[in-house]
Amino acid sequence: MDMKVGIPSEINPNELRVAATPKTVLRLIKQGFSVFIQSNAGAKANFSNTEFEEAGATIVSSAAEIYSNSDIVLKVLGPTEDEVMMMKENLVLLSYLWPAQNPELLQKLADKKVNAIAMDAIPRISRAQKMDVLSSMANIAGYRAVIEGANYYGKFLNGQITAAGKVDPAKVLVVGAGVAGLAAIGAANSLGAIVRAFDTRKEVAEQIESMGATFLTVEIEEDGATASGYSKVMSQAFIDAEMELFLEQAKEVDIIITTAQIPGREAPKLILDYHVAAMKPGSVIIDLAASTGGNCALTKDGEIYTTENGVTILGKLNQLPNQASQLYGNNLCHLLDDMGKAENFKIDMEDDVVSRAMVTYDGKINWPPKPLPVSPQKPVVTPVEIEDPKITAAKNAKKDAVSMIVKLSVIGALLLVLGQFAPSEFMQHFTVFVLSVFIGWQVIWNVSHSLHTPLMAVTNAISGIIIVGGLLQTTSDLSSPMTILAFVAILVASINIVGGFLVTHRMLKMFKK
Amino acid sequence: MIEIGIQTAAYLFASILFILSLGGLSSQESAKRGVLYGIIGMLIAIVATVLGQGVEGHIYIIVAIAIAAVIGTLVARKVEMTSMPQLVAILHSFVGLAAVLVGFGSYLDVDTQSITGTEHTIHLIEVFIGVFIGAITFTGSIRAWGKLDGKIMSNPLLYPGRHIVNVVLLIACFVLGYLFTVAPGLDGMLYLYIMTAIASFIGIMLVMAIGGADMPVVVSMLNSYSGWAAAAAGFMLGNDLLIVTGALVGSSGAILSIIMCKAMNRSFISVILGGFGAVTSGVAQEMEGEVTALNHEAVAELLKEAKSVVIVPGYGMAVAKAQYPIFEMVQALRKEGKDVKFAIHPVAGRLPGHMNVLLAEANVPYDIVMEMDEINPDLPSTDVVMVIGANDVVNPGAQDDPASPIYGMPVIEAWKAKTVIVMKRSMAVGYAGVENPLFYKPNTEMLYGDAKDSVDKILGFLKG
Repeated sequence: MDMKVGIPSEINPNELRVAATPKTVLRLIKQGFSVFIQSNAGAKANFSNTEFEEAGATIVSSAAEIYSNSDIVLKVLGPTEDEVMMMKENLVLLSYLWPAQNPELLQKLADKKVNAIAMDAIPRISRAQKMDVLSSMANIAGYRAVIEGANYYGKFLNGQITAAGKVDPAKVLVVGAGVAGLAAIGAANSLGAIVRAFDTRKEVAEQIESMGATFLTVEIEEDGATASGYSKVMSQAFIDAEMELFLEQAKEVDIIITTAQIPGREAPKLILDYHVAAMKPGSVIIDLAASTGGNCALTKDGEIYTTENGVTILGKLNQLPNQASQLYGNNLCHLLDDMGKAENFKIDMEDDVVSRAMVTYDGKINWPPKPLPVSPQKPVVTPVEIEDPKITAAKNAKKDAVSMIVKLSVIGALLLVLGQFAPSEFMQHFTVFVLSVFIGWQVIWNVSHSLHTPLMAVTNAISGIIIVGGLLQTTSDLSSPMTILAFVAILVASINIVGGFLVTHRMLKMFKK
Repeated sequence: MIEIGIQTAAYLFASILFILSLGGLSSQESAKRGVLYGIIGMLIAIVATVLGQGVEGHIYIIVAIAIAAVIGTLVARKVEMTSMPQLVAILHSFVGLAAVLVGFGSYLDVDTQSITGTEHTIHLIEVFIGVFIGAITFTGSIRAWGKLDGKIMSNPLLYPGRHIVNVVLLIACFVLGYLFTVAPGLDGMLYLYIMTAIASFIGIMLVMAIGGADMPVVVSMLNSYSGWAAAAAGFMLGNDLLIVTGALVGSSGAILSIIMCKAMNRSFISVILGGFGAVTSGVAQEMEGEVTALNHEAVAELLKEAKSVVIVPGYGMAVAKAQYPIFEMVQALRKEGKDVKFAIHPVAGRLPGHMNVLLAEANVPYDIVMEMDEINPDLPSTDVVMVIGANDVVNPGAQDDPASPIYGMPVIEAWKAKTVIVMKRSMAVGYAGVENPLFYKPNTEMLYGDAKDSVDKILGFLKG
């Protein structure tokens, strides 16, 4: 059976992307699909009709044709009501749908018996990374946030010391270290800015630091990580501490990039009016969550404006439509690849990825799906009792002290017993012995790793001190067995001393900077 | 002839110098001075002893030292840096031997026979323990030397019931020790002989049971024993200098053993009891993927394109004596502006710090030689990792295969780099006897052949 894939133009004038590019068309055709694309669908992303034709797509003049003839429709934004009306039954739709926010749209799609896959609902598991449009788009957004932020900021991002004077580096605060946040950190860092980042999930501290930012945290023990890989809503005490931290930072930083989003909800308000008021004139806020309500209380979705105190707030970003389309198209190709290409195309509701992203199927709404934890998770530990860390520390210290006292008393008792029986001369030697062990213990821990071989050689030479034993035992009578023994002892011990010191010296001579 | 007081003062001074000598090794800069302190300390100790009371037969002493000095100098001059482990091991055996001889001598000593009561018993116990430790050190070190020199198979020799045999032998030694202390006059000699034989046997078996990968631990352990042997000799002779020095060396070796064990995630006890490297608990992971190999020219191309290169040397580099051409290659790469570093695993080689010494021999500046913990965070952003003659220290199984015998051992995460080149003589397993999944990773390329030849060839392509 011939499987037809159709790509309509995006109706929303602000949407510059397109769901296929000449390159992904090539891939689709390789997968066995025949591809139909609406005329000028790629115009805003700089893909011409000719390019699509050359890649093997058929140009179709109207969207209606696409919706009524195709088996699979690829789109970027979710369809409008009019678009849904044009769709035929059993059509497979791949696009952004935001199922949690758009229950009516789901209902309409279900009524139309459209099998819709929400690309934004692809679960975040390792296998599905190649189809994860949120990640691929967030990466672009993070990068653009820095570039456009820098443009509005209008000063150097990196610090310089020039003949004409010193320029301080810009300070950038990134709130939320998801894909977009990390991309922003990387971009800002490579432009030379001082980057700080905040996230409620403690586990991302390492990722933040690996991208070159300082991890900011509040003094409250609460981990915002959830099994889905997104953050959860935090407690009031945590939020208060967070607000205070942002206020301090707002006074200091030049650029704030916010990326915090919670799936299926309005974006949390993190930068409030008094934060913005505290910022220096000329500062910039880039709000990547603008479309879901914004992380900044003053953000206007789709607008760029400057507040009274001179802070520019960006509620929209250039999407880099050309490359974004390419990445988005690739994500779609990967999904179709996983679903069996043209020949074996099948909606497999047993499949973890498909069943979760397939928000309408067979006339029914299939949302929300059952939760699926992301792959590498630390096992959830249920604390038996919640203890103040200070009390725990104190308890431990007490325990340590008790065990120390027990140990010391045992040792003391043993020494007493020994002192009871051993002659005083032995006790003197024993004292020397024990103290020397302690000194050795302290001294050797300081030895550098790379000098372990020389250390061995030198201790070897020093242990040749046993020669003293031989020396004390030599008599002038060579025939006595004791002298013979002593002679051999002196001989081997001296080889040790001479050989050990010389070889150590030889080795150390080689170490140089 | 000098007074006892002056002799004691000289001993004290020597002890201080020895402590400073070991302390000096905390950094490369002060290390040479440390050796000097050690030498001065030793000279003072010997002179003070020889000039002290009760020393006769100076001529024999001078002859013995003269012969030894010649032998020692020759050995130290001639030894290859790659055979340092063997040299260290054989030198340990000398200390052990000397301790045994001094023990026997002390038993025969007419002066000590005149003492009576508890003091006599304590002295006999000291002799007994001194000879025991000395004998174990002696035969154990010889065995270790044989293994390191390739004269004896490095596989652990494990026979059933060896723990029981060891326990029985130890009990036998206790019994002999009791008989020895109660025997009048020199009648205990027989027991001392038997015990020496048993201790020698224990020493051999102790080292035999330990697998090749644990050799660094064994060598440090024997280092520690040689110190305790010297300390025991100090007790029997009532000589504080010997006690101090022996204790210093003993604790030094013990610390090294602990460091080595930590680096391999092994418990000290289990290493000493042996059995590592032969026993595999559970089913080890099946190897997946394909092993791909490259030729020298392709490796040279890879290096030319790389911006950052990390070299992980192992025992294979020591065997092939490849450190010189490797550094030449490093210099060539650095001249091109590439970031080249060495990553050293704490147990790479057969001796603690073995690789550092070899690289130092080839004049590699030590500031580009990194420890495992320093380099691991950088590896994901590294273009090429060259593993030269190392195997177990880059085994990813240590992190992700709980069935692997080396599971839990900290390793250099070579596989995180973009490309890994493994230079190896064949697909044989490493010293620990464990398969290495690294070779099967898609980003790993093998380059078979002798490390030195291979590096020479690569160098040719780099320059040409």
